[in-house]
Amino acid sequence: MTTANIPASTEKHASAGTAQQAQHGLTEHSHGAGAPDHGGSAFDTVASFDVADHEVPRGREEEWRFTPMARLRGLHDDAPLDGHDYEVSVDADPQVVVETVEAGDPRRGSSGYVPNDRVSARAWAEADKVLAITVPADAIVDKPTIVRLRGLSAEKAAAGHVVITAERFSQSVVVLEHEGSAAFADNVEVITHDGARLTLVTLQDWADDAVHLSHHHVSVGRDSVVKHVVVSFGGDLVRTSVTLDYSAPGGDAELLGLYFADSGQHLEKRLFVDHNQPNCRSNVLYKGALQGSKAHTVWIGNVLIRPAAEGISTYELNRNLVLTDGARADSVPNLEIETGEIEGAGHASATGRFDDEQLFYLMARGIPADEARRLVVRGFFTELINKIGVPEIAERLTATVERELALGEGLPAATTTH
Amino acid sequence: MSTLEIRDLHVSVETEAGPKEILRGVDLTVRSGETHAIMGPNGSGKSTLAYSLAGHPKYTVTSGEVLLDGDDVLAMTVDERARAGLFLAMQYPVEVPGVSVSNFLRTAKTAVDGEAPKLRTWVKDVKQAMDQLAIADDFAERDLNTGFSGGEKKRHEILQLELLNPKFAVLDETDSGLDIDALRVVSDGVNRFSAGGDKGVLLITHYTRILRYIKPDFVHVFVAGRVAEAGGSELAEKLEEKGYVDYVGTPA
Ligand SMILES: Nc1ncnc2c1ncn2[C@@H]1O[C@H](COP(=O)(O)OP(=O)(O)O)[C@@H](O)[C@H]1O
Ligand SMILES: [Mg+2]
Repeated sequence: MTTANIPASTEKHASAGTAQQAQHGLTEHSHGAGAPDHGGSAFDTVASFDVADHEVPRGREEEWRFTPMARLRGLHDDAPLDGHDYEVSVDADPQVVVETVEAGDPRRGSSGYVPNDRVSARAWAEADKVLAITVPADAIVDKPTIVRLRGLSAEKAAAGHVVITAERFSQSVVVLEHEGSAAFADNVEVITHDGARLTLVTLQDWADDAVHLSHHHVSVGRDSVVKHVVVSFGGDLVRTSVTLDYSAPGGDAELLGLYFADSGQHLEKRLFVDHNQPNCRSNVLYKGALQGSKAHTVWIGNVLIRPAAEGISTYELNRNLVLTDGARADSVPNLEIETGEIEGAGHASATGRFDDEQLFYLMARGIPADEARRLVVRGFFTELINKIGVPEIAERLTATVERELALGEGLPAATTTH
Repeated sequence: MSTLEIRDLHVSVETEAGPKEILRGVDLTVRSGETHAIMGPNGSGKSTLAYSLAGHPKYTVTSGEVLLDGDDVLAMTVDERARAGLFLAMQYPVEVPGVSVSNFLRTAKTAVDGEAPKLRTWVKDVKQAMDQLAIADDFAERDLNTGFSGGEKKRHEILQLELLNPKFAVLDETDSGLDIDALRVVSDGVNRFSAGGDKGVLLITHYTRILRYIKPDFVHVFVAGRVAEAGGSELAEKLEEKGYVDYVGTPA
């Protein structure tokens, strides 16, 4: 790793995984056959629709230990989630059906998801409407369907629910954009049917005071190809938890993430890929940059390969680039393998500060320091942005990365990372 | 007509045991139109000299001066030195993933010239320079130095030399690790660069082999952080025969 050769507050699999195995033992798991047990041993969570089944987290729990609880605005406790201070606009191709339906709509829950923490259960209970996006069977839609949620105030917390269904052999791109101010908890269900190809991008470009706790569950259908992309720039505290499993063999999931944390921001990315079916594939690539004091990112990547998941392959990689002193990146990959009959499984995590040798090389060709930094950081994200494969999004992300870098200009570069 | 003057240069690096002096009083003057070979055994401080001229942050100049046409080079930042007309072809070029060669070259050219090159002539110039250095077309879209072979890295350094067209070039062991064909290609590039007679070249090498292709006007034997002996090209012939044994006591 050229840009990331100095480990920094990185918890590697070696320590994190060993601790968990010691606690649970690899043979002790009992996984239900159905979807409700999303926990696995990687994180033994309670799965329940009943809010009362989820205790109020205090911050000591394994899943909350990185999160600054005081900044959650009570979303995890009992702050009412009945605010409606936001606007939603939709720009969709006519082939794509976008509807607002009642909470009782049968599409809700069709991913098999059961809330795995209190915030998710509360959002489920309190969301009074559901945004249902359906890409009909065989529809080939080039134009991205864009849903833009604009928060108007962070005073009153709100709950949301989105269900995206990609029917058989459809091909489409859906973008969920978030901007403005809000205290927002939501559940997003993504269901793909046989052979569907779906790219879903969730983009958090919130204002500085926003708090967003988001749960995504992706159910990948037979031979379906899903790209799930999380992009986080703005917001005071943004925590996304993505769980993914397969409803049939042959699914292919690519989970991509890009985040850029500035001073004081807490961006937390949690993933759980549940290989519960044979002959599926998952590939996780999350990259983050941090600058400014108390910028904090957290990446938790859990992958579980169940006994049934023969012939699968999985790889997960998280890389963080610490641009200035005072920023902190935590990275915890965790891979648990319960069958030997797999094609391949691996993971890697690297957190490093800005590479002085790269900067020197570019500057030695006359390129000024700021511009050299821009080149390197843009380069760091380029591979990821190209993988997203949506040109409109790529351009926008490149521009936003530049905007973030401009904010950091003048901050002293990282000297050491702790 | 330009002059690069190095006067009594002392340079240290930080080590666990404290600062360690590596350059111990280097004096050297290079004028436009001259090619100087600096030859020395491994560890004698050749790269330290090269990096110190370019301004690498790892090296601390403790005394002495470096002047480019009278201007204080040591007071300049790394990028200012490059824009003032100094170029360092590095012994170990750095990989920069995600930055394409073509983007890098255009950005660097714009920086040293102070304006973007005219697109049409630029594309032609790059293509021609690449052809002359036997660099394949698809190279331009590859990530900077990333996964390049040793020979590709060196040819890419010389490509930059030709395109950026500085006043003075410091070539740090550009010949090391090259097979004979690549060595010829790279030497031809350096000779094209200096052909006009208005360029200064500081050719750092461990071996005499490259001096068959690039004719130095002056040869400096570099030992233990300073110039131990200076002379004309006949000095290179002596080194060819005897190696550095007269200077370091053992065959190096
Ligand atoms: N960071 C460092 N710590 C200790 N010694 C160093 C360091 N960097 C360079 N040196 C020493 O400086 C000397 C000169 O190195 P260098 O300039 O690379 O020589 P050359 O290019 O002639 O082979 C060597 O003895 C090397 O070991
Ligand atoms: Mg050297």
